[in-house]
Amino acid sequence: MPWLARQLVRLVVVLFCVTLLTYMIVNILPGDVAIVILGNLATPEDIAGLRADLGLDRPMLVRYFDWLGSALSGDLGRSYRNGEPVVQAIIDRLPVSLQLMVMAQVVALGIAIPVALLSVRRPGGLFDRISASAAFGFLAMPNFMLGIVLIYLFSVSFDLLPATGFTPMSEGLWDNLESMILPSLTLGLIEWTVLMRVLRSDLLTTLKEDFILLARAKGLPPWRVLLQHALRPSSFTLITILGLNIGGLIGGAVIVEQIFALPGVGRLLLGGIFNRDLILVQGTVAFIAVGFVVINFLVDMLYAVLDPRVRHVRFRS
Amino acid sequence: MSASAAKGAVVAAPRPRRRWHWALALPLGWLLLVVFLAITADWIGLPDPSAQELILRRKPPSAEFLLGTDNLGRDMLSRVIYGARTSLIVGICAPILGFLVGGAIGMSAGYFRGKVDMLAVGFIDILLAFPSLVLALTFTAYLGQSLFNVTLALGILSIPAAARVARANTLAWANRDFVLAARTIGASDWRILTREILPNLLPPMFAFWLVAISVIIVAEGALSFLGLGIPAPQPSWGGMIADGREALDVAPHTALIPAAVMFATVLSLNFVGDMVRNMVDPRRSAL
Repeated sequence: MPWLARQLVRLVVVLFCVTLLTYMIVNILPGDVAIVILGNLATPEDIAGLRADLGLDRPMLVRYFDWLGSALSGDLGRSYRNGEPVVQAIIDRLPVSLQLMVMAQVVALGIAIPVALLSVRRPGGLFDRISASAAFGFLAMPNFMLGIVLIYLFSVSFDLLPATGFTPMSEGLWDNLESMILPSLTLGLIEWTVLMRVLRSDLLTTLKEDFILLARAKGLPPWRVLLQHALRPSSFTLITILGLNIGGLIGGAVIVEQIFALPGVGRLLLGGIFNRDLILVQGTVAFIAVGFVVINFLVDMLYAVLDPRVRHVRFRS
Repeated sequence: MSASAAKGAVVAAPRPRRRWHWALALPLGWLLLVVFLAITADWIGLPDPSAQELILRRKPPSAEFLLGTDNLGRDMLSRVIYGARTSLIVGICAPILGFLVGGAIGMSAGYFRGKVDMLAVGFIDILLAFPSLVLALTFTAYLGQSLFNVTLALGILSIPAAARVARANTLAWANRDFVLAARTIGASDWRILTREILPNLLPPMFAFWLVAISVIIVAEGALSFLGLGIPAPQPSWGGMIADGREALDVAPHTALIPAAVMFATVLSLNFVGDMVRNMVDPRRSAL
């Protein structure tokens, strides 16, 4: 089988297992939805009636395939709480989460790339050591802690930026960006550390190659050697790490949306969990997991496009 | 370009690693202090971490309350120390659970190869297909909140990483001559796995465990911060930071003190973990 077809089959299998596992976690674990909806005073008949209405009296695998069938046609059911279609709820909140993650990546790359380039100019030099220590420090900061510290610094002490709340882009680009600065800093200030370390170590490897020596022998200034010759071949691992980090970024987004009261998918999930809104939690978790798998798949593909060797030698840790 | 810059860029100067040894005293001392206080919390005359004194709420640090009081007038010092107990219990036990299960999976995969390996790698891929925090949230939300369930959920989360470490190392050791020798004299698979391969897995697994502790402490903090971790009256650093967030403008110490303690602990753990990893596996010191 050709490489691409094999990868697609693998993708489909993983997606199937992931949705099945989501379904099982949400459905096998204790906590009867009917009791949650009706309250503790409900009679057994009422409970049995509602379970039948919701289709909960059928075997789990049957329900799973039902759910999967409608999910494939774009229907994740309706929230038990307010009857809102789950798909609509996710679509409404997705732009906020995406904006947060993209801005966080911009912050992370915006710090990581210059710092890595500057620190390989003199490995072991002053800048290299300071940036390595800074990275070590930021790496030890949980995002919920950094978020609180940033709110304390920028909102409470100096009153520069709003502490919580979200302004949609339609009500002014600047207000929107202002409400997203602290959240994206919270995520980006932690993520740059990993990216910087990876890029730095790859740059150091690349700089030992002959073509760098040649570029230097031609008399190119060091910044041109770094930017034009060394950066591109050193960025393969960076791209992989960017893909792998998306899982952490999604988890971070859940926390950051909660800290800064941003109406994103993460807060939708948390709200669903607190309300015991089974169908909403199931849909959201499945959506997040499927999104994550697909993004990782695309990153793998991108990697193969950039570096044809990958297509022949599968890398496995 | 100056000559020294060019030289520096080409030859990466190896950093002197010996100088780090004495710098280890501070993080190690802090960790010992945290562990000591967490163990002896009941016997050092601390006030009840759950006892509320609403008149004395949000008091800044003073002689009476060394770290001040929180939103409900509870003693912060006592809560931070009992919170350390929570963090350490979860942080130490969850990775052990993950290592027992993940280690077994990884070792079988690396030793038997073939179908077993395929199944194990598939299983790991599926678990890794979930963003870890989302999986942890879902587990604790449906298992119910308790110290045990949080530990269980985070333990399950550490299975894939543990399995990978075990698998990679088993693959490397399983082809060595002494394993072949053991097989030649008729040792069973079980005996080879437990007597020949397992002892060699312990050092990398131990180094990894140290890193896992700090990751799990952060994850427990995140769950408790979101209100889905350790249930309310029981002190937890993440929960304390979440509580303190409400009063960030009037009593910032209620959030910043547990945040600082958590930061110091995670930083120290990473520091010691890096050291141990460098000692165990010199190749990884490059990163």
